[in-house]
Amino acid sequence: MPVITYREAVTQALTEALDSDERVFIMGEDVGGYGGSYAVTKGMLAKYGPKRIRETPIAESVFVGAGAGAAMAGLKPVVEIMTINFSILAMDQIVNHAAKVRYMSGGQLSSGVIMRTVTGGGAGLAATHSQSLEPWYAHVPGIWVVTPATPYDALGLLREAFTKDDPVLFSEHALIYRLRGEVPEEHYTVPFGQAAISRRGSDVTLVAYSRMVHVALDAAQMLANQGVEAEVIDLRTLRPLDMETVFQSVRKTNRVAVVEEAWRTGGFAAEIASQIQEACFDYLDGPVARIGGEDVPQPYAINLERATIPDAKKVVNELAKVIGLKVTA
Amino acid sequence: MANGKKAGSQKTAARVTKAEGLELYRIMKQIRVFEEASASQYMRGRIRGFLHLYIGEEAIAAGAIPLLAKQDYITTHYRDHGHALARGMSPNAAMAELFGRATGSSKGKGGSMHLIDANIGMMGGYAIVGGQLPLGVGLALANNYKGNDSIVLTFLGDGALSEGEFHEAMNLAAIWKLPIIFFCENNLYGMGAPVSEVFAVKDIYKIAEPYGIPSLQVDGMDVLAVRDAMRDVVRHVRQGNGPYFVEALAYRFRGHSMADPNEYRNKAEEEFWKQRDPITSFRAYLVNELGVAEADIDALDQEVDAEIEAAVKFAEESPEPDLSELHTDITA
Ligand SMILES: Cc1ncc(C[n+]2csc(CCOP(=O)(O)OP(=O)(O)O)c2C)c(N)n1
Ligand SMILES: [Mg+2]
Repeated sequence: MPVITYREAVTQALTEALDSDERVFIMGEDVGGYGGSYAVTKGMLAKYGPKRIRETPIAESVFVGAGAGAAMAGLKPVVEIMTINFSILAMDQIVNHAAKVRYMSGGQLSSGVIMRTVTGGGAGLAATHSQSLEPWYAHVPGIWVVTPATPYDALGLLREAFTKDDPVLFSEHALIYRLRGEVPEEHYTVPFGQAAISRRGSDVTLVAYSRMVHVALDAAQMLANQGVEAEVIDLRTLRPLDMETVFQSVRKTNRVAVVEEAWRTGGFAAEIASQIQEACFDYLDGPVARIGGEDVPQPYAINLERATIPDAKKVVNELAKVIGLKVTA
Repeated sequence: MANGKKAGSQKTAARVTKAEGLELYRIMKQIRVFEEASASQYMRGRIRGFLHLYIGEEAIAAGAIPLLAKQDYITTHYRDHGHALARGMSPNAAMAELFGRATGSSKGKGGSMHLIDANIGMMGGYAIVGGQLPLGVGLALANNYKGNDSIVLTFLGDGALSEGEFHEAMNLAAIWKLPIIFFCENNLYGMGAPVSEVFAVKDIYKIAEPYGIPSLQVDGMDVLAVRDAMRDVVRHVRQGNGPYFVEALAYRFRGHSMADPNEYRNKAEEEFWKQRDPITSFRAYLVNELGVAEADIDALDQEVDAEIEAAVKFAEESPEPDLSELHTDITA
């Protein structure tokens, strides 16, 4: 099987779509000559030309809204929002417009705009450039929220996004663009709303999405060294959300922690934890642990920043503290 | 066309035929009667939420919208009944939507501020000030991308001029030469705020100049002035010359919405504008200048009254949406 990077996976899905569907075009800040601030659209301007690779002004509201509007007219725009932090400037178009037109029109209109963006901290960019805001969007009915953790999923989920007639927020984690992984040569897609079991285990379940899947896998390795077998579940999409896979695992392991990079207070882990206790109360041997980003604006200094984002050690420590597992980091 | 000019008044305007004149009158009258009926149904508690009436501004919708071709698009703000009706939405579907009924244009899910009829390019009714502008730009981009000659007419209030989305939309439309008309309905107030106090640019139509977008100001109380100005504007934009900005001066005769006690405007000002009622003055024009018989206009009035009365009845008798509709039309 070919091995490609997470970045190459995204680029491949975009290239396939540009090659096969005239309705597809890309627009955003620096997607042209610069090649995308995370180099995803490198070379595309030369290959596809300025009609399909459209450089926009630094004006998130209008280029996201224009993507939503063009999608209402039957095109398949991909807008690149440089990072999820800047999506806040387009929130009106995303939340009030793209996510609402189908409902407000009684099903007459829809807006299948794909909004690619980059999420997460850990690169020393401080408070305004390090946020994980996916939970904000997952809160909103009418929009799909996709959070791939691997090259396989980045390719399969982005291919799937092109088949959707509703807005997709496709959130790529900044720190895993170089992550390598196998992808089959034959065509495949990854359906929305189907979590993946990234590692099998019977003692405790770790639920995660985006880069935290890898943190959970590292934690699972530390646990395995101490004789505890963790099952790691990658949600892959926050909306639609596959809780059935989580429930099945929890009914088997009776212990569960949810790991996310977003702030712990009001984060998406709170939603997962709440659904678990509703559906699996009798199966739980302890509280559902929530491991999230520290409730602080992300700091710049490297030691402070590291203390903000969950890592494997923190996951293991929390399992000991909250669930009472006899493990140490 | 020169940038930033004031368009001619009724006297210098091109003539319309009797039939055309009667049609413009019918549209204005239909809007007026629809709005009066919806106000009275609101008072009776049958229409909920915010209800923003278009009374006083009918000449804009009637003057501009019939000039569009079938495949053109409209996006607009929440004061949208006039735009929807002038575009050809059935009064039944519009009134039923205001009533929140299953037979409404959006099956009762959108309400007064979100009138949408995709079949006639009425792409909405959006209630976030300025929100319709990026969507309009996107629809224009789609036309441009597809290489057709369809255009977009996007209405905004004077209040929206201050929103960042307005400036972002003007800029993108200008650099990409998109086929969109930004039509500012300047009724002098955004809710209670006089535009002169909240917007730094005094001659609003000149806001387009630095963007390199041609613009004009027109008398929005004069249906023929709007029509004449827009005929050229539509042609200009359809020919691929890029966006256009139009400012129409007008006045809403009622409060901002039915919830507004309307205490911030002085009576003399209101009276001044009511003297210029676009329907009364155009009726006089039809009789005096075009020689239309009063009786013909009376007959038209009666037709419109009956049509709107029937729309209210239709809405009243229509069922509420089934509860199963709650969870449909969210995503496919
Ligand atoms: C973004 C936003 N801010 C505030 C409001 C509340 N609001 C609704 S209408 C309005 C005034 C808008 O005035 P204008 O654009 O002049 O339109 P008009 O009502 O005069 O037709 C305000 C402040 C809103 N709907 N959206
Ligand atoms: Mg106003």
